[in-house]
Amino acid sequence: MDKHRITIEDTCESYLQSGLQTVLAGMAALGRKHIPVGCHGGGCGVCKIQVTAGTYEKRVMSRAHISAEDEASDRVLACRIWPTSDLRLKVLGKMGKSLCCETAASGTANPSSKKL
Amino acid sequence: MALTGVLRPGHVQMRVLDLEESVKFYGDVLGLVETGRDAQNRVYFKTWDERDHNSFIIRQADKAGLDFYAFKVDSKASLDKFEADLRAYGVSTERIPAGEMLETGERVRFEIPSGHLIELYAEKKDVGNGLPYVNPEAWTALAEKGIAPIRMDHILLYGPDIEKSQKIFEDVLGFYLVEHVVLEDDTTDLAIWLSCATKAHDLAFVRHPEPGKVHHVAFQLESWERVLRAADIMTMNKVTIDMGPTRHGITRGTTIYAFDPSGNRFETYCGGYSSYPDWQPIKWTVDEVGRGIFYHDRKLNDAFLSVVT
Repeated sequence: MDKHRITIEDTCESYLQSGLQTVLAGMAALGRKHIPVGCHGGGCGVCKIQVTAGTYEKRVMSRAHISAEDEASDRVLACRIWPTSDLRLKVLGKMGKSLCCETAASGTANPSSKKL
Repeated sequence: MALTGVLRPGHVQMRVLDLEESVKFYGDVLGLVETGRDAQNRVYFKTWDERDHNSFIIRQADKAGLDFYAFKVDSKASLDKFEADLRAYGVSTERIPAGEMLETGERVRFEIPSGHLIELYAEKKDVGNGLPYVNPEAWTALAEKGIAPIRMDHILLYGPDIEKSQKIFEDVLGFYLVEHVVLEDDTTDLAIWLSCATKAHDLAFVRHPEPGKVHHVAFQLESWERVLRAADIMTMNKVTIDMGPTRHGITRGTTIYAFDPSGNRFETYCGGYSSYPDWQPIKWTVDEVGRGIFYHDRKLNDAFLSVVT
């Protein structure tokens, strides 16, 4: 199968991968780290990217992280897209937090009533 | 009977992004037994060795994550009493009629301050584990299908105000603290492990700014060998492993964290010590949290505090 060149614009890093792997899996398999790696299942949202050029196939992603508008604007999760051409992208997601934020976070929530 | 009130974790309902993909994963790879589907298009599972009709339920939604987590109580009288006690404590409750979930009696649902829905129920149909109640064998063929855990064991929830949720479980429902991780102020807990019986934990919380999040649902395995076999099955099926196989310092369980096809983390877990309510809780200081969570790596991975659904 043809390989596609993935270019991360933030760092100008690039790598080759097949269309059989997601963009995130292709990056992680090479030991690279620029896109944050989370659940690989479209659920947690940390690998959010903006595709700036190229084409891809995609699968369902959590609406908690990717709105319909995001999806229409090529803001997607790297773990749920498979390249069908060379791709260029920018990283939007990040690992949320560190231990030092924890104390400040306490006592702030007022959860609204939940309905399933 | 010494074990009264809240008996054990009973069922958990999770949201998945693609139902049939998830049914295949939970049935063939994790090796749960499908026990039914309902009019809401929910799919019900149990582990091979569980006797009640269901313990793990999935439904398709546009967001992954937890719908609710439930505990079985010893009688309808206890259910009524816990409902009254919760209300007296200032917690709003809602009754969900028998039969709303397949083969499950009336449920009392309430929201805790960390933003999670918790349920109590007293009745769920005993469908058995495939072995007779008189002179059984030791296991069935289903005990070898996929990872094949023994039971749905516990859950780790992420949200704010975990001390307020802890108070409800301790003061109203009879849980007790087994272990905790204390932040630098030596007062605020980063994380707590609670038990309702003699397991090292039935429920755990990590303090987190967003309410209602889930870190993982855990399934118990019989041995460390079975944990290693689970890792092999995950690799054969391209399941994303988050951490392990390794051991936790906290609870001493052996473990793998991995992700289902929607990014919901699950744990295949073995061991952990037995605890008792008269025991003094074990305290971990935050500078040693890495060893507490991942005993061999001795540091947290990036995903532990950041990747939840």
